[in-house]
Amino acid sequence: MTIFVIARLTFREAARRKILLAALLMGLIYLVIYAIGFYFVNQDIANSQFTTGLLELNQIRNFLFMAGMYVVNFLTVAMAVLTSVDTLSGEIASGTVHTLVSKPLQRWEIVVGKWLGFVGMLSLYLLLMAGGTILLVYLISGYTAPNVLRGLSLLWLNAILLLGVSLAGGAVLSTLANGVLVFGMFGIAFVGGWIEQIGSFLQNQTAVNVGIISSLLIPSEALWKRAAFEMQSPLVSALGFSPFTAASMPSLVMVIYGLIYASLALLLAIRLFNKRDL
Amino acid sequence: MANSISTQALRKEFGDKTAVADLSLDVERGEVFGFLGPNGAGKTTAVKMLLGLISPTSGRGEVLGSPLGDHRSREKVGFLPEHFRFHDWLTAEEFLRLHGNLYKIPSPILTPRIGELLELVGLENHREKKLRAFSKGMLQRIGLAQALLNEPDLVFLDEPTSGLDPVGRRLVRDIIRDLREGGTTVFLNSHMLSEVEITCDRVAFIRQGEVLTTNSLQSLVEGELTVEIRAQNVNPAVLEGLAQWGENIRADGDHLSLTLSSEADMPVMTRYLVENGVDVYAIRPKQLSLEDLFIQVVGTEGGL
Repeated sequence: MTIFVIARLTFREAARRKILLAALLMGLIYLVIYAIGFYFVNQDIANSQFTTGLLELNQIRNFLFMAGMYVVNFLTVAMAVLTSVDTLSGEIASGTVHTLVSKPLQRWEIVVGKWLGFVGMLSLYLLLMAGGTILLVYLISGYTAPNVLRGLSLLWLNAILLLGVSLAGGAVLSTLANGVLVFGMFGIAFVGGWIEQIGSFLQNQTAVNVGIISSLLIPSEALWKRAAFEMQSPLVSALGFSPFTAASMPSLVMVIYGLIYASLALLLAIRLFNKRDL
Repeated sequence: MANSISTQALRKEFGDKTAVADLSLDVERGEVFGFLGPNGAGKTTAVKMLLGLISPTSGRGEVLGSPLGDHRSREKVGFLPEHFRFHDWLTAEEFLRLHGNLYKIPSPILTPRIGELLELVGLENHREKKLRAFSKGMLQRIGLAQALLNEPDLVFLDEPTSGLDPVGRRLVRDIIRDLREGGTTVFLNSHMLSEVEITCDRVAFIRQGEVLTTNSLQSLVEGELTVEIRAQNVNPAVLEGLAQWGENIRADGDHLSLTLSSEADMPVMTRYLVENGVDVYAIRPKQLSLEDLFIQVVGTEGGL
């Protein structure tokens, strides 16, 4: 299958260009720092006279766990965008695309092949980073957060969604313009998410609406919030405001919207690449 | 048998610029077809349309019996792009394997084929070398090997000798000759007229995206030719007598020139001169070269 030839090429290119190596190295450093930090904080709170109950301890552990997942989410998203941002535009600009497209294959096979290659890479990366975090937390403190699988699926969807946007942009824009576009959208989602959060806390409906609109524009922050909601302990959310608790939790409709968004982004990428003169 | 390439009134506009105005071409199976024109005449755009890299604004065409843009039309097509930019982090062998896979060539056929082609283009000792370390000429060679992976029925070569030294150019010429002998159609996009002159059966001249004329190169050889003569003791009567073979007779001291309608008239005319007491020092036929023809057809404005 031609799709898998392209997928493999994409994967190998990331490996050869040492992108994977850099990402894994940074990921490893994160895990080491996280482990050290978690170990000492965990020791501290376990020996403290103020935190005695297991429930209380686990809330703090959950908070630390969420901090880790926040970083994992960010790293995975950055990886999704940075690796894919030039995959179409770069090949078009350099002319390497000519020998590919003049082969007896259809253009959608190139887009889907690349998409698959990146999906494989991102899945592996997310699994290593998130899996590493979960394992470390468990090994050090014996704590496991609830609904981890559901949370990870949402982080995965978030990465795939941004990957789709980056491919679609890359089919028509230059690498630089595409990077500005995708990170710009990510920024909008980020700010919108916080406005919604604060608006909800202060019960300001306008701020909440701004947040919702930005989430419709690009639902990546909403997906993170939903993932955070799934993985936080029920008590933490009952306690109220923390940076990782969602005061207004994105609904399931938003998750479905995210799924549709990610699919449409891929379809758009195929369509745009199909029409492009190379 | 149907033509390899057949197009009717292909047109491509980029914004308000017309790259190809009206391209109607018929390339027969098995011929080596030269596509000539000044820079910016729309040669590369035309080739890209034939390969489905660019969709035409209007017009239609067929390549190997399939409509333009249909991926099946590219199954038996090879293409060496003009700037031969490839994935340079691959080694020569990996590069050929990748493109062989894209041609869907099964591995038991592909592996020996890669070896053959590396040898054909003289890169068998650079099999494991990354393309990043290749010189321009080596890249062109590996690009050529890539275009022949699927034993194509039709090969597009876009300026195949631009990066090559004389040895490489001869190699390309030999490969084109072998392809022709094997019945492969070659579409050669070039402005290296001497190359085209040696290798092509027919040439099309294009300017501003329009085919001006299509010539068989045989007719160039068989057509009329100008002869330059250096001789003494030419009297006016002899000069007048020359009119039976040619026209445009000019005499300037020892130098005569006239245009013969056929090469076959040369010995007869020579005998006539000698028999009439003319001292002949030199007779030089000046064939119309492709370059002359190019200037004649396309004009001297050149490309911009």
